Amino acid sequence: MNAPFQSIVTPASPRIMAERPMKIAAKDVNIYYGDKHAIKNLSIDIPDRAVSAFIGPSGCGKSTFLRAINRMNDTIPTCRVTGNITIDGRDIYDRDIDVVQLRAKVGMVFQKPNPFPKSIFENVAYGPRIHGMSQNKTDLEEIVVSSLKKAGLFEEVKDRLNAPGTGLSGGQQQRLCIARAIAVNPQVILMDEPCSALDPIATAKIEELIDELRQNYCIVIVTHSMQQAARVSQLTAFFHLGTLVEFGDTDEVFTAPQEKRTQDYITGRFG
Amino acid sequence: MSDHITKAYDEDLAVLKTMLAQMGGLVEQQLDDAIDALSRRDTSLADRVIQNDEKVDVLEHQIEEKAILTIAKRQPMARDLREIMVAIRVSSDLERIGDLAKNTAKRTHAMSDQLPRKLMAGVTRMGRLAQEELKNILDAYGHSDATKALEVWRSDEDLDALYNSIFRELLTYMMEDPRNISLCTHLLFGAKNMERIGDHATNIAENIHYLVHGKPLAEGRAKKDITSTMSVEPGQHSED
Ligand SMILES: Nc1ncnc2c1ncn2[C@@H]1O[C@H](COP(=O)(O)OP(=O)(O)OP(=O)(O)O)[C@@H](O)[C@H]1O
Ligand SMILES: [Mg+2]
Repeated sequence: MNAPFQSIVTPASPRIMAERPMKIAAKDVNIYYGDKHAIKNLSIDIPDRAVSAFIGPSGCGKSTFLRAINRMNDTIPTCRVTGNITIDGRDIYDRDIDVVQLRAKVGMVFQKPNPFPKSIFENVAYGPRIHGMSQNKTDLEEIVVSSLKKAGLFEEVKDRLNAPGTGLSGGQQQRLCIARAIAVNPQVILMDEPCSALDPIATAKIEELIDELRQNYCIVIVTHSMQQAARVSQLTAFFHLGTLVEFGDTDEVFTAPQEKRTQDYITGRFG
Repeated sequence: MSDHITKAYDEDLAVLKTMLAQMGGLVEQQLDDAIDALSRRDTSLADRVIQNDEKVDVLEHQIEEKAILTIAKRQPMARDLREIMVAIRVSSDLERIGDLAKNTAKRTHAMSDQLPRKLMAGVTRMGRLAQEELKNILDAYGHSDATKALEVWRSDEDLDALYNSIFRELLTYMMEDPRNISLCTHLLFGAKNMERIGDHATNIAENIHYLVHGKPLAEGRAKKDITSTMSVEPGQHSED
């Protein structure tokens, strides 16, 4: 039928891509745990200065793929990654890549807040110190304070910087972990269900923080909350059984997804 | 579409759809009665239409409440979300159609025996056409049938064309004898009401398209209402 009616929006490629430079590019990535094929031929381009959300049913490979972006999978003996992942055009699986440097550049925040059993100050100061980012104590203090401020935690802890980080509330601990990631001046921040252990208020604070951070960082967040993905991200990727089903503008994925599997999942129809 | 994991969610959406079917049926009846009342000058039927309009309003409110509650409880996404948004919009178009039917019924009191059969026939014909359009669009909505909705959307042209010719006819008639003006004005409003019912039906068609495809109908159909610039000179007669 030659209908003269066309959609105003052609969602062939996410709109947002045109507006922002690309940061991470994955091409034909396969990830195995022994014989288990966890990520299958996955290709995706993730833009800078935006939040990309990964959603999908449990076990579909979101964390596996996320961990491949800062080579956290290297620590799992059975895990094997093939294909190509670049950040700013550089292959991060290249022989001459310094993995410690890479992980500073690509910070990670986990589901369960995991501060070191040290003071609040030391939690944040640790990274900059081992990366030799400060010349003296004043420098270091400055980094710690500004990181805590960026993470929206400073006001709440400024009087007890020497108290143990583990003594903070869950939401505060999570923001401490974000401050710790920020302190080493990363370019990419990966977050794996960062709010799943937090109450709505603490969650709102983290979401507010993510929204501010996206001005300066490339952020990738894994979340099981569709509402959270819809609220904080500009792009959403739907994973299913180790494949990327759909990656598009969040506004579209949650109102009119392209793929039936996405639709079924986000509307609660996955049996 | 397959079922939700949560059965109660399916139920919420089904209830909403049933309420809309009910409202659609009621509005169809109202329009049918309004046209009958006007064409037969049946004032008691007209009064019933006027009274029943409240039922339409009540249903609209109930639908809105149910929709808001469902959004709050389920936080719908994608097609579910569109389903609910479209239900709200369709109910508001139906409410407007109900108002137009009521307004048409009200004019029954102003009709008289002197009215030429031909003029009334024209308005009645518009009414039947509007009725058909409404019936078809409600069918399309009931089946979430975007193709059928598009057909209805296109067919609204006929109603516009008929309106233009009736407008000219009434104008001519008024020129011929100023004593006809009062009567003809009422008929003109009646005709205009039917034309606007068609517009609401096309709104519903656009919403069905959005519901099914997730995108708005992009290209607007050129509105064929030319009456805003139409004039008839004294002595000039309608074509037929
Ligand atoms: N260390 C591991 N060793 C072996 N298999 C693993 C390992 N980690 C993950 N897997 C398997 O790989 C698949 C993907 O797991 P992954 O943790 O990436 O899923 P996910 O999408 O993050 O799920 P969830 O939403 O539950 O966190 C699963 O089938 C899982 O069992
Ligand atoms: Mg996971």
